[in-house]
Amino acid sequence: MKPVYFDNNATTKVDARVLEAMLPFFTEQFGNASSLHAFGAEVGAAVRGARRELQALLGAEHDHEIIFTSGGTESDNAAILSALESSPRRREVITSAVEHPAVLSLCAWLEKNRGIKVHVIPVDAKGRLDMDAYEAALSERVAIASIMWANNETGTLFPVARLAEMAKAHGILFHTDAVQAVGKVPMDLKSTAIDMLSLSGHKLHAPKGIGALYVRRGTRFRPQIKGGQQERGRRAGTENTPGIVALGAAARLAGEHMADENGRVRDLRDRLEKGLLQRIPSCFVTGDVENRLPNTANVAFEFVEGEGILLLLNRAGIAASSGSACTSGSLEPSHVLRAMSIPYTAAHGAIRFSLSRDSTSAEVEHVIEVMPGIIEKLRALSPFWDGSGGEARFNPVYA
Amino acid sequence: MWDYSDKVKDYFFNPKNAGLLADANAVGEVGAIACGDALKLMLKVDPESDVITEARFQTFGCGSAIASSSALTEIVIGKTLDEALALTNQDIADFLGGLPPEKMHCSVMGYEALQAAVAHYRGETWEDDHEEGALVCKCFGVDEGMIERAVRANKLTTPEQVTFYTKAGGGCLTCFESIEEVLARVNADMAEQGVIAAGAAYRVGSIDPRSLKGKPRGAGPATKPAAAAPVSVPLSALAPRQSPLAGLVPPPASPAPLTAVQRIKLIDRAIEELRPFLQQDGGDCELVDVDGNTISVRLSGACVGCQMASVTISGVQQRLMEKLGLPLRVVPVK
Ligand SMILES: Cc1ncc(COP(=O)(O)O)c(C=O)c1O
Repeated sequence: MKPVYFDNNATTKVDARVLEAMLPFFTEQFGNASSLHAFGAEVGAAVRGARRELQALLGAEHDHEIIFTSGGTESDNAAILSALESSPRRREVITSAVEHPAVLSLCAWLEKNRGIKVHVIPVDAKGRLDMDAYEAALSERVAIASIMWANNETGTLFPVARLAEMAKAHGILFHTDAVQAVGKVPMDLKSTAIDMLSLSGHKLHAPKGIGALYVRRGTRFRPQIKGGQQERGRRAGTENTPGIVALGAAARLAGEHMADENGRVRDLRDRLEKGLLQRIPSCFVTGDVENRLPNTANVAFEFVEGEGILLLLNRAGIAASSGSACTSGSLEPSHVLRAMSIPYTAAHGAIRFSLSRDSTSAEVEHVIEVMPGIIEKLRALSPFWDGSGGEARFNPVYA
Repeated sequence: MWDYSDKVKDYFFNPKNAGLLADANAVGEVGAIACGDALKLMLKVDPESDVITEARFQTFGCGSAIASSSALTEIVIGKTLDEALALTNQDIADFLGGLPPEKMHCSVMGYEALQAAVAHYRGETWEDDHEEGALVCKCFGVDEGMIERAVRANKLTTPEQVTFYTKAGGGCLTCFESIEEVLARVNADMAEQGVIAAGAAYRVGSIDPRSLKGKPRGAGPATKPAAAAPVSVPLSALAPRQSPLAGLVPPPASPAPLTAVQRIKLIDRAIEELRPFLQQDGGDCELVDVDGNTISVRLSGACVGCQMASVTISGVQQRLMEKLGLPLRVVPVK
């Protein structure tokens, strides 16, 4: 069997049609989109075309609301820094405990070095946002609320449209990191109060290093990268035209596959989860199962450690990922699992399977086939497993 | 993923001597599920000859923890207890063709379990059998003895190495200064004995813990962003205020008595210095009140409800006592 790639939330394979669309922009169509001669004109048209594809995917009112960037991280940084710069009297930021480091590290830095107060809104055990805490944090002192659309580890969706309305009532800009949601969740930004949105190419079958920031028309915006007049002066630097064209092509394909993603892929994911839960004792799905991405399954296996699972999966030709400590290079489970207060007995054994439109039912069956043996093998090694689903007695000399 | 040697992979994929040993007469259990790894080592010792005739293990942990445990059983079978006690964690790592530096704690866990098992057999109390208070790192349950043994056996000279070998300080880092002290004391002793060069010995304060936290540990991302702090309070709330406590505060023992304002300023500054470390781990701490020698702080974020809460409080308390030269009590408030 060919290797099974179930780590699409980490990154996706570039679609062959996307690659085909971008290649000419390395060779014949190498011109600078800003140049006035023929070399530039064609390229300029291609960039405009890509912008329109993204506009369509996001349901944006205008194509110029799309600013091309180097990816999700840059878009997140630009949104938050711009909001603080454009409303200097507002010195507070709202975000959630489960954001990507692209947001959380920046917020921690702002708090430490710029004296910005950061409200970190907690989540409950299912990863749902504490709406009361969010409401309580809203005030005239807050410049921006940045809350992700979909969580990369559990796939949990936050009610961003409602959060944006709530923020708007206080004159707060609302930004959402939609890096995981774009292409999987139908969007119509023009009918929402969302002011800014980040997306990243490599999560939707375009290459790494290209992304975009949606900025609603009329939103106060301060460029964070200063230089030339590219992107209407909002993001300087000669356009990454092959990347932009690729992102446009990927956006079109994502739109075409939206139904597949929410139908066939969702069914595959559900089949995977059901198969695992049926065959393996003492495991559970983490996150908000009613409200989540169609492609993501995060399953916590109790009394085993994630790295061992991944090593054995890898040997069976299956790629997945884990929020466990060992695999991340830190010594503690991921901040997302910790924010959800997943018990330690399970947090170390949480595995994320993230599918894509390339996934097949044969792959799902293969994982369902292989996984029980892997968990059994590791549990047989574990001093915490008593063989019947309970926690064995273990009396360490220190704990 | 980690750069494991073929032997580590082999011992992980095909572990030898895994499982329960029903008639074991020497058992050592170390670690905890909360810490991410744990090992139960079971030995059968021949009472006549003191030779380990059988060894088995059960391990919860990463690939290298399982491989290290299995390797340990292979190494000790056929050895006398005294021979086994002379082993070091480096012997386990060497047996496996080396471990990534960040994973050396797996070999130390094996070493500790072996010591515990032998102590159990001999009816001694393994010196790790201590009250919670003797722990240096409460996140990972590491005491001074374990750090000292790892430092001596592996000639460690930096706090980062101590974390790699024992995990101490791998969580909230509030124990950083205690780790420094143990390391400096043991290093000084080692230098005196000529085990390490005097210049190599660690000195307290020569590393800024912030530099540690910013650095990637191993292959993965080192980012540990701030986490849940339901309703945080602005930094300005910590700014020095006019003390309503003047007069209540007993004069400090230091030659230059502090005024109440100076005192609160000092407390405030000390807490400010601690906050970045807590924040890096997703927690935070804020000064709420000063009442005589009792200082109330509010913990938030990841520190709450985790083993870190107590370590944070004691870390803050220690820092404040050093700064003020006064006995103080730090209490958490909700
Ligand atoms: C939710 C989320 N935000 C931001 C990013 C960062 O995007 P990029 O890798 O394009 O910088 C990622 C992916 O790594 C992500 O999953």
